[in-house]
Amino acid sequence: MRVNVTVNGEHRRADHVWEGESLLYLLRERLGLPGAKNACEQGECGSCTVYLDGVPACACLVAAGQAEGREVRTVEGLADGDELDPVQESFVERGAVQCGFCTPGLLVAAHDLIERNHQPSDAEIREALAGNLCRCTGYEKILDAVRLAAARKVEAAQ
Amino acid sequence: MDFLRPSTLAEALAAKAAHPEAVPLAGGTDVMVELNFDHRRPAALLDLGRVAELHEHAVVDGRVRIGASVPYTRIIAELGDRLPGLAMASRTVGSPQIRNRGSVGGNLGAASPAGDAHPALLAADAEVEVASVRGTRLVPVKDFYTGVKRNVLAEDELITAVHLRPATGPQQFSKIGSRNAMVIAVCAFGLALHPESGRVGTGVGSAAPTPRRAVDAEEFLAGELADRNHWTSPRALEDSVKRRFGELVAAAASPIDDVRGSAAYRKHALAVMARRTLDWAWQDYREGSWQACA
Ligand SMILES: Cc1cc2nc3c(=O)[nH]c(=O)nc-3n(C[C@H](O)[C@H](O)[C@H](O)COP(=O)(O)OP(=O)(O)OC[C@H]3O[C@@H](n4cnc5c(N)ncnc54)[C@H](O)[C@@H]3O)c2cc1C
Ligand code: FES
Ligand code: FES
Repeated sequence: MRVNVTVNGEHRRADHVWEGESLLYLLRERLGLPGAKNACEQGECGSCTVYLDGVPACACLVAAGQAEGREVRTVEGLADGDELDPVQESFVERGAVQCGFCTPGLLVAAHDLIERNHQPSDAEIREALAGNLCRCTGYEKILDAVRLAAARKVEAAQ
Repeated sequence: MDFLRPSTLAEALAAKAAHPEAVPLAGGTDVMVELNFDHRRPAALLDLGRVAELHEHAVVDGRVRIGASVPYTRIIAELGDRLPGLAMASRTVGSPQIRNRGSVGGNLGAASPAGDAHPALLAADAEVEVASVRGTRLVPVKDFYTGVKRNVLAEDELITAVHLRPATGPQQFSKIGSRNAMVIAVCAFGLALHPESGRVGTGVGSAAPTPRRAVDAEEFLAGELADRNHWTSPRALEDSVKRRFGELVAAAASPIDDVRGSAAYRKHALAVMARRTLDWAWQDYREGSWQACA
């Protein structure tokens, strides 16, 4: 089947999509957007998290056909041109990235948290990131990065 | 494989009647796992994502009607005040990503004994609205489950909504898992006090082939509360009453030993959860605080 989807503001079309295919496969293998990672294909790791119509979802659990006509924003769409999003900057600065496999999913999940809640408590950060696994960092640096990104967001709003 | 994409409920029901083998696809959080791992190769997928009616909730005849595909995140945010038990259960499902897509309709469709919505729906006497081209019927949720991962749906039927009365008393939900997030329940328990009718509602999850009520426990507690005139002049509950309630809840379960827990552990845990949730709910009732926080 054919799938039309707006990805990071751009209209994209894919032909010969298998009906049981996931949005993750569509993004990575057909649209050339390898940012969202494929690690578990069962919703457990969050590394494939993307926005679907503004709501974070595991792309591996969305059928490609369900995205027809919808808006997808991937980690590639967080930066504004060469300007990194504050969440991305903070991850780099705080050393929240090691192998980087989990990072795209964490960035989208953290971005969503901070959009909804400019001053998240530690408990709220943990809750928001509970669906994202990282095998490297031990999470402390990730928490640091999210705190920093939130503080910058508040600063920017003032 | 076909990908059917109805845009109205009528179209969806017609599609299900024409393709009874089509697998409905709501949030996809159960279905897509099966597809990704080749556990299932259905002849067709029936995407319900465009059927607006399944994504809405409204008050109908004094009851909240929740469209089958309304995701948990919206139940928590938009219905938590009226349906605290279901909202508490929804908060324990998976992760934010899973709650953003997963739905009560999908939980009922999967009918896993471990589904978290079930104990809350049972305790609140929910009814499941089921429709086909032949018409619509309401199934009390206690009659909805027919076996492990089986339900009463005929092959041309879809779940369209669940109906629940807004809470008239405190509600509680408790779940045991090996960590706080992203775990399937070792066992779970839902409790609803219905002061307006003097009844008690319960739901036991992950401790029998299907989710089920603990009917003896409900009757015992309702009787105690009535005999002691507790609804109108609530006093502290005797420990013996709480303990007996817990024992009867555990007795209603018929769990198995599996990787997540032994049958004996599940029974013990259920007795503890029943006692504690009753404690919390009764405290709320005595203080009237459930109304304030609901
Ligand atoms: C990582 C992860 C964590 C999870 N954690 C939990 C948890 O903590 N607690 C829990 O209860 N569940 C959990 N689940 C399971 C799942 O999220 C829930 O069962 C959810 O409620 C399914 O809803 P859905 O809309 O995604 O259903 P789908 O996957 O779309 O469908 C599920 C089943 O219901 C059928 N179906 C869907 N809609 C209808 C309808 N309208 N009429 C008839 N049949 C229908 C489908 O054909 C399928 O058989 C988890 C899943 C994942 C991947
Ligand atoms: S790859 Fe989607 S959640 Fe792990
Ligand atoms: S940085 Fe390696 S998995 Fe998180």
